[in-house]
Amino acid sequence: MTATVANSSVAGHGVAVAFEDLHRWYGSVHALDGLTIDIAPGELIALLGPSGCGKTTALRALGGLDEADAGRILVDGADITHVPTNKRNMGIVFQAYSLFPNMTARDNVGYGLRLRGVDPAARKRRADEALDLVGLQPQAGRYPHQMSGGQQQRVALARALAIEPKVLLLDEPLSALDAKVRRQLREEIRRIQLMLGITTLFVTHDQEEALAMGDRVGVMSAGRLEQIAAPAELYDRPKTRFVAEFVGLTNRMPGTADGDRVVVGGTSVPLLPGSAGRGPVIALVRPENIRLTALTDGAAASAGPGTARVVATSFLGSLGRTQVVLPDGSLVVAQTAASDSSILVPDTAVRLEVAPNPVFTVEPEPASSSAATAVA
Amino acid sequence: MGQVSQGSSGFQLGAAEPHGGAFLAQPPSSRRGSRRSASGVARVVILVVILAFLLVPLVGMIEFSTRGDYGARSLDSYAAIFSYPNMVDGIVTSLEIAALTVLGMLALLVPTMVWTVVRVPRMRRVVEFLCLLPLAFPAIVLVVGIVPIYRWMGQNLGAIGASPLTLALIDIILVLPYSYRAIDSSMRSIDTATLADASRSLGASWPRTILQIIVPNLRGGILSASVLAIALVLGEYTISSLLSFQTLQVVIFLLGKRDPYVSVAVSFGALIFAFVLLFVISRFAPGAVHRGQHTVEEPA
Ligand SMILES: Nc1ncnc2c1ncn2[C@@H]1O[C@H](COP(=O)(O)OP(=O)(O)O)[C@@H](O)[C@H]1O
Ligand SMILES: [Mg+2]
Repeated sequence: MTATVANSSVAGHGVAVAFEDLHRWYGSVHALDGLTIDIAPGELIALLGPSGCGKTTALRALGGLDEADAGRILVDGADITHVPTNKRNMGIVFQAYSLFPNMTARDNVGYGLRLRGVDPAARKRRADEALDLVGLQPQAGRYPHQMSGGQQQRVALARALAIEPKVLLLDEPLSALDAKVRRQLREEIRRIQLMLGITTLFVTHDQEEALAMGDRVGVMSAGRLEQIAAPAELYDRPKTRFVAEFVGLTNRMPGTADGDRVVVGGTSVPLLPGSAGRGPVIALVRPENIRLTALTDGAAASAGPGTARVVATSFLGSLGRTQVVLPDGSLVVAQTAASDSSILVPDTAVRLEVAPNPVFTVEPEPASSSAATAVA
Repeated sequence: MGQVSQGSSGFQLGAAEPHGGAFLAQPPSSRRGSRRSASGVARVVILVVILAFLLVPLVGMIEFSTRGDYGARSLDSYAAIFSYPNMVDGIVTSLEIAALTVLGMLALLVPTMVWTVVRVPRMRRVVEFLCLLPLAFPAIVLVVGIVPIYRWMGQNLGAIGASPLTLALIDIILVLPYSYRAIDSSMRSIDTATLADASRSLGASWPRTILQIIVPNLRGGILSASVLAIALVLGEYTISSLLSFQTLQVVIFLLGKRDPYVSVAVSFGALIFAFVLLFVISRFAPGAVHRGQHTVEEPA
């Protein structure tokens, strides 16, 4: 990840972008509550968060489609907070249906150039180049309704890039597409973005997408930035409860904390900063930090506290995922080697161990069970 | 024609949905068969009754206006239209008013509606209400309210103020409910707000966005709004007559006392003109094809 950041900032002509304490109210809804983000030149920031947390509002503020009520937006050091959209030179890709239905793909892509007074021959050449970049040059003469959803989004990307924008803004551009196309296209967007070195804000509610694409991922909740970090750091070292629960799959396992460490599943593991520190807590343990060992019948008979029983196993290609039930009735999901799926059949007794990697802990909620939660 | 019946082009005049389609696609069975014939009969009866209701006056007009001497058929009444200079003036005046009304209506409605949808969607209801309001006022009430304004214009704005073309100002208001509906349904078939956002982000000003992006995609709605406006203006009688302007319908009425045959001939001619206009526009209005939705499968 670090390498790609370095590469893009060297290769590209990207500009720095900064949100400074941005606020936006819609009536009583505080859609942006002091949003502050610094984006390095050429960086791709994936803005991740649940629906309604203000991602689109942030993107529209940067694109000039919506004004902020307070705060500033800087692009390349210049304050553009009050510059109208059509003077900002930003390439925006919307969720869907943004192509002009009355124009061919080529005319769609060339529209921004037409507005800039580029003559028809040069416009056609540059539009075709942009379409070539997204692999759609052969379809240049087609109308939007003659193209698939994936192709339409490629054209929208080409259209946004054709004007050589300062910043590329993508608002859930893949969410209307089916899974396979979504994956292909996200890799393509990333490839093109790295090649051009263009500073990019990518908004999504899909954490897999965010973690796969972003140089850094910013997690938003209720109009605020919870944490912004490289994907691996965000995953391994969440700073807030929201991030710990929102990003990735987590098990909620009871434990006892003493300020620095927590004993969970019989293992003492370090606490991450920001965790609930003392007494009974709920530890948020990743499936890959849980190890299962199948027990012999004799060992199973003398069932101790670390003993669990397999409920179900799912096969995910190179990995497996096994759900076990603890003696207290709570469910825990463990990531296992695919080869183990033949051993870990339902009802097998297993010993459960927690790996000594740092975990995030939260206060126990009185009424809630400690069931495994898959936070999607 | 086929495109028009898809109902989403915003073109609503006479564009009935072919209702039988889904029903006929059902696998035939004896019960369905009997129901089908029963409902088929009902449909035919309804169709005949409605057609008769619509056509009888037309047939009557044709019959009356083509009466010649001694029971023969003749088109003399039609030829005679042009021997009445008042009638020609009335036709020209009404066509001019219609043109002004269409231009004014479009200039007023399109930017307002686009702006509402894009920038203040919560005002959509209010705009709709305002546009539908003229339906609630009887013509006589409008005239009573408006007469002082026209008197003032006639006295202070010289030839322009006294011209019958000023009727376009009222007609714009009268056609609002119909034109609003036509344009609105067409706006709902595209993602107007996203298209405007996209266009603006690419560098287009508001006027360009409306003229180059929105209007071409609202062609169907704009055409039907215009036809409705023209039809309404050509048929408008009450207000012109109360304000003493010699428009088509007023002249037809006055002439009807002297030469009823010619007056009916003109009325019929005006109807045919409206039909032809409708037909031409339904041929050239875009159908539901140019829409953002993707109908194409992803390539393998
Ligand atoms: N035009 C608007 N009018 C009123 N409320 C809005 C508008 N746009 C967004 N909101 C509200 O602001 C909050 C953030 O919205 P948004 O930025 O669209 O969220 P996200 O893109 O993360 O799903 C939501 O509560 C939403 O209801
Ligand atoms: Mg959104």
